[in-house]
Amino acid sequence: MSGFPTHLLSMDDLDAAAIADVLLVTDSFAEVGRRANPKVPTLRGRTVATLFFEDSTRTRMSFETAAKRMSADVLSFAAGSSSVKKGESLRDTIETIQAIGMDAVIIRHSSSGVPARVAQWVDNCAVVNAGDGWHQHPTQALLDLYTVRQSLGGGQEGTEAFRGLRVTIVGDIRHSRVARSQITAYAALGAEVTLVAPATLLPPSLEGWPVASVSHDLDRVLERTDVISLLRLQAERGSGDYVPTMREYSTGYALTARRALQLPPEAIILHPGPMVRGVEIASEVAELPSARITDQVGNGVAVRMAVLFLLLGQGTLGGERHD
Amino acid sequence: MAERERSHTRPRGAVFVPRVQVMSADDVRRAITRMAHEIAERNRGLHEVVLVGLQTGGVGIARRLAETLADVEGADVPVGTLDVAFYRDDIGLRPVLPEAATDITTDLTGSTVVLVDDVLFTGRTIRAALNALGEYGRAQVVELAVMVDRGHRELPIRPDYVGKNLPTNREEMVDVSDEGVSLGELVSR
Amino acid sequence: MTDRNTPELVIRGGTVVDATGSRRADVRVSDGTVVELGEGLDVPAGATVLDAGGCVVAPGLVDLHTHLREPGREEAETVASGTRAAALGGFTAVVAMPNTDPPLDSAESVRNVYALAEDALAQVAVAGAITVGRAGERLAPMAELAALGVRLFTDDGDGVQSAGLMRRALQYATGLGVVLGQHCEDRSLAAGGSMHEGDWSSRLGLPGMPAEAEEVMVARDIALSRATGGRVHFLHLSTAGSIDLVRRARSEGVPVTAEVAPHHFTLTDACTSGFDPVFKVNPPLRPQEDVDAVKQALADGTADAIATDHAPHAPELKDLPFDQAPPGMLGLQTALALAVTELDLPLERILALLSWQPAAIAMLDRAHGGAQGGPVAEGSPANLVVIDPAATWTVDPVAFASRSRNTPYAGRNLTGQVRHTVRRGEPVVIDAEATR
Repeated sequence: MSGFPTHLLSMDDLDAAAIADVLLVTDSFAEVGRRANPKVPTLRGRTVATLFFEDSTRTRMSFETAAKRMSADVLSFAAGSSSVKKGESLRDTIETIQAIGMDAVIIRHSSSGVPARVAQWVDNCAVVNAGDGWHQHPTQALLDLYTVRQSLGGGQEGTEAFRGLRVTIVGDIRHSRVARSQITAYAALGAEVTLVAPATLLPPSLEGWPVASVSHDLDRVLERTDVISLLRLQAERGSGDYVPTMREYSTGYALTARRALQLPPEAIILHPGPMVRGVEIASEVAELPSARITDQVGNGVAVRMAVLFLLLGQGTLGGERHD
Repeated sequence: MAERERSHTRPRGAVFVPRVQVMSADDVRRAITRMAHEIAERNRGLHEVVLVGLQTGGVGIARRLAETLADVEGADVPVGTLDVAFYRDDIGLRPVLPEAATDITTDLTGSTVVLVDDVLFTGRTIRAALNALGEYGRAQVVELAVMVDRGHRELPIRPDYVGKNLPTNREEMVDVSDEGVSLGELVSR
Repeated sequence: MTDRNTPELVIRGGTVVDATGSRRADVRVSDGTVVELGEGLDVPAGATVLDAGGCVVAPGLVDLHTHLREPGREEAETVASGTRAAALGGFTAVVAMPNTDPPLDSAESVRNVYALAEDALAQVAVAGAITVGRAGERLAPMAELAALGVRLFTDDGDGVQSAGLMRRALQYATGLGVVLGQHCEDRSLAAGGSMHEGDWSSRLGLPGMPAEAEEVMVARDIALSRATGGRVHFLHLSTAGSIDLVRRARSEGVPVTAEVAPHHFTLTDACTSGFDPVFKVNPPLRPQEDVDAVKQALADGTADAIATDHAPHAPELKDLPFDQAPPGMLGLQTALALAVTELDLPLERILALLSWQPAAIAMLDRAHGGAQGGPVAEGSPANLVVIDPAATWTVDPVAFASRSRNTPYAGRNLTGQVRHTVRRGEPVVIDAEATR
């Protein structure tokens, strides 16, 4: 077993062995989730705080459910609530929460780097990045990996099935934290990652990125794809300015029914959600059996339980070592 | 090799170095046969019996017990597997990972569960197993079968079926496999 | 000007270095003026002796680019605290940038700053805004401000976006004999960026400001300077492209000058990897190739001056998320040591870049009727700095005179320390401590 990091801020924090541990532990938590009473006492007495400066009920609920299923106490701070006022400094908020006492804080923020800064300010507390600006969203990438492993029939196997797997990520990569995490995650397990996007929606530099190829032509890439991961055009992050019209974007980059037929029969379709049907994915394509979007959501809780278990259940955070 | 209750964290890359073999493969086979007979004798009919092997050391033994019961009594005793990582009382004190997912497909309510493990030591794993079992229904009776009881109990737990009683020092390690049981030490590489 | 009763001063045992060269000499100062230079000078009764053994005695440093924050942002810095930091950093004069609140675009606001600076430990020259409110729409009353002694105008904090307006401003300024300074940043290219656009910004998922956001305006203003004959001084140049443009323009005789800031020859964009806003600055930290080009510019004369762009910010602001935090770093107390430690240049050259060359650009030198920049000679105003070029010290922001703490160099060991600073004959820093 490899040493798990103190915080999960970025997929860069996890090597292939740590990723394998997460997937393996997720199997156990998935089993817990299938029980009539999907609860274990593992984190009883621990406090987990969610600090969501960006609205996302789904992801926050997923994390809170994960923590509650492990019997942890959950403190919930959402943007717009009186405890997270605009103008109260982030640092003050963190200090307040720390004074209450927390073992882990799960942060989502519209600015890149906020979880990293919070990790620099806290003591004896694990920080989990639930999405920061354009930067990273590691648990999303992990649940995508888990979903793919499930589809590959991995079961209790390790991660060898990912080696040489052809993964295509389509969409607004420039502004996507999910893309950055996914690229690192798939590449760490030996997959071949191809990026497909209009030139303006690629990052200014791909220097050092573990990407096998880049294409502006989705149709060319489809038949060489085992996993296709679709990204939403991030209108709220200004992505709309980077393409002339949504229609032009869809014409070039949407996974239409016609395009879905060009995929190899065993290929799987992923989307981190929420989907904008008709823009990056056709409605009927989202309903295909090869589209694993519902599985992704379902797997989210188990993956997040695994992450919390590995961060908090390993005796690596202060406290006594049992010797 | 499931020595979950060691007093200190297993150092990375440490190897088990056997010093003396205390049971041969034949001894293990005979012990399994004897324990199977004892289980059958205690639970006439075996109707409600479910064998639950603790991951990972108890799983193989549970399966062998089920095979023996099938041969000897013609009974088809269900076998489940149980991982107790999430129920340990030392969570957060030292690193531990679940070894494999729990797999219990039958509702245990009203059944006689025979927990099966390779080595009984402090008793904490069995306590965790009792808690975990509760999630799968309210068993009528829970019994415990172990290949080796090495002493040093820290909780009031006792086995119903024992392959061999083996006095040991705390620092020693006991390794159980189909090839036999050995006593030795963990040595860092 | 308050009549300070300055005692006689003898600076003993140092080596005098100025634009004319270097020589071993003691320096005697009386009534604000250097009155005698020579070896083994007698010390008059009652005179203060400043020990300069092993040290260099030079004309006080002049900072072309300081943000004193007063009026409007006194929690970050005031004229008093900023000039104290300046004096401790060896500066006897600073040019205060006009992006205060209200901005320095009127005679009244300029007079206000002069009043605040009357008793300051360093001379405060004011840079007036080029446009009213620094809004880039209408010209500010430059003649009125020039009559008050303002010689440098800039909208710093922003660049003048309209080429047409910039050309008109240049023509007007040329007629007045003043110089325009440009913060080169094309807003449509830089839009929303918080660091250099490149490998690191892509990795970190932060919006970036590409090098061309600076370079297009440098190119534009060189063309305008060439066409109008008006002098343009480029503030804080940071990219290899900008340096190349200036180098070529100078070789063609275009009347442009350029300053660079210490952070642009000591830090790269890799520093932002921890998302600490102490490394956020505008223009942003650039990759190593640009840092090398800036160093080369200092070595070959393409850059005329090192200017600190001292930009204090209250700690709460630098605790904001990276993209929301205001850009800027402290600079007055680290500039000299960074130059000595990191540049492979002789001390005379470093002093030229920090003292007499900026004095000339700001028109604070003797040639323009000012009191800065030396030479250190009989009859010249006593604005002096005594520097120990070999002393090492560790940067401790808590010990700084500034009200703010945002220096990226905390904990760094640097070589080169100011021992004493003399302003108009008054010792304002003795043994690295301010006298008041």
